[in-house]
Amino acid sequence: MGMTMTQKILAAHAGLPEVRAGQLIQARLDLVLGNDITTPVAINEFEAAGFDKVFDKSRIALVMDHFAPNKDIKAATQCKQCRTFARKFDIDHYYDVGAMGIEHALLPEKGLVAPGEAVIGADSHTCTYGALGAFSTGVGSTDMGAAMAAGETWFKVPSAIKVNLTGKLRPYVSGKDVILTLIGMIGVDGARYQSLEFTGPGVASLSIYDRLTICNMAIEAGGKNGIFPVDDVTRAYVAERVDRPWTAYEADADAEYERTVEIDLSSVDCTVAYPHLPENAHSAREGKDIAIDQIVIGSCTNGQLADMAAAAEILKGRHLAKGVRGIVIPATEHVYRECMHLGYTDIFLDAGCIVSTPTCGPCLGGYMGILAEGERCVSTTNRNFVGRMGHVKSEVYLASPAVAAASGIAGHIAHPEEI
Amino acid sequence: MNAHGIAHKYGDHVDTDVIIPARYLNTQSHQELASHCMEDIDKEFINKVHDGDIMVAGLNFGCGSSREHAPIAIKAAGVSCVIAKNFARIFYRNAINIGLAILECPAASEGIDAGDEVSVDFDTGIITNVTKNETYQAEPFPPFIKDMIAKGGLMASLKAREARA
Repeated sequence: MGMTMTQKILAAHAGLPEVRAGQLIQARLDLVLGNDITTPVAINEFEAAGFDKVFDKSRIALVMDHFAPNKDIKAATQCKQCRTFARKFDIDHYYDVGAMGIEHALLPEKGLVAPGEAVIGADSHTCTYGALGAFSTGVGSTDMGAAMAAGETWFKVPSAIKVNLTGKLRPYVSGKDVILTLIGMIGVDGARYQSLEFTGPGVASLSIYDRLTICNMAIEAGGKNGIFPVDDVTRAYVAERVDRPWTAYEADADAEYERTVEIDLSSVDCTVAYPHLPENAHSAREGKDIAIDQIVIGSCTNGQLADMAAAAEILKGRHLAKGVRGIVIPATEHVYRECMHLGYTDIFLDAGCIVSTPTCGPCLGGYMGILAEGERCVSTTNRNFVGRMGHVKSEVYLASPAVAAASGIAGHIAHPEEI
Repeated sequence: MNAHGIAHKYGDHVDTDVIIPARYLNTQSHQELASHCMEDIDKEFINKVHDGDIMVAGLNFGCGSSREHAPIAIKAAGVSCVIAKNFARIFYRNAINIGLAILECPAASEGIDAGDEVSVDFDTGIITNVTKNETYQAEPFPPFIKDMIAKGGLMASLKAREARA
């Protein structure tokens, strides 16, 4: 029996000819990631254990993005702790205000992840990099601290669900709609402990940004990782950013999957996940009665330039409905600058939105757009749990940038075709 | 190794945002994190929990964010063990890494009600509902995990390996 793509990458990093689902392995890591919330806890563990060196200062990335620019004194203290640690160990990839971005948009953009690599990050959305054909997964702070010292970690080799994509997306439909549709089909624990391996003739038509969004939310189905095959789209993206050698792994023809899920991309419509679970998928056409107070366009899920372009296309020459607040957050400094050059920033400002420096901010109820009791937000972020963006009686509706923009203009949940 | 206490019961898909809301992630103080544990779905939890108590939940406990602050908050609140039908994978890893005992047991999850007196024998995996006079058999830890816990958690086992090298 053959191996899945994920299993092949794990086998290579464990130095084993083959691995099987359920096997416990020790695997070498190409990159260890942390942010301003998880890294302080990792540093505490690292120091308490008495470690005095990191395994490789060029293979650790520390990104100040969650509560940065510092939202309060405590957040400032946590960033300071990360900064001090980065200086002490001369960490190459330390990203602070002015040079930072939201970690899962920033790392691919900077070429820090390549196909075939193995990455862990103390952030659950680390699974994003599967879009590039890498194995990447989220862990906690102790795992991160240990990996900064050892350069390796233990994994239970996951089994996999094969997601067979056929057809092509229709206008206004994006990767966000695909992943919300999939989570709606299999549930928030539908891929618990498993890989989501995307394959099929529909893959070629998906942009790298669609793939990044899809893999980003693999965790929202409980998945260990999401992963796409390496093709011309991947190679074109990586060629401009990565100058070290990398390896493209392919699933064996006789790889074992727990099950196969079929998605015809041409049948996917703009989708909104209602509170309070990402599996509560509804068509964007059903939301006319749901009045909203705010839209948020950004995050590690949908803060890339392609996402800004999709929002700008809808918002151009239009204005938010009266009473709706619009918060646009380009995910990196590069995206921010491109928005300016391409005229998107003017479009957003003319529409009545604000445009923020990169930050995770409102996605996790940190700052920059907290909701009051009873308020509703259509957000391009990844979670709509109770209290996620503010008051426990506020509501987050997850959607694509196009749907968020259309909803902002309509004042209620809306399909872009209705605008 | 045993646990004994009163059960606090929750449903399916208890996510780490409700275990410890992100607005409190600007601190690493275990006691401060504990003081906000579960407050978005159960404001009274922190007032009624006693040292040694047991948390019981349904499917996919600890889903969502990878924040280790979640098992830290539960442990620091005094909870000795979490029993659920199953756990989200990052939470499972984090709980073991920081030494919070967790057991998967669908029968216990269904049989135990809030307020029941419960005891757990970690060596055998037997969970006893003292109030209802019932017992449930949990999946004991796999040997790999048992070995890591015996060495004192992930960091301690890593240091032990470094010392041998």
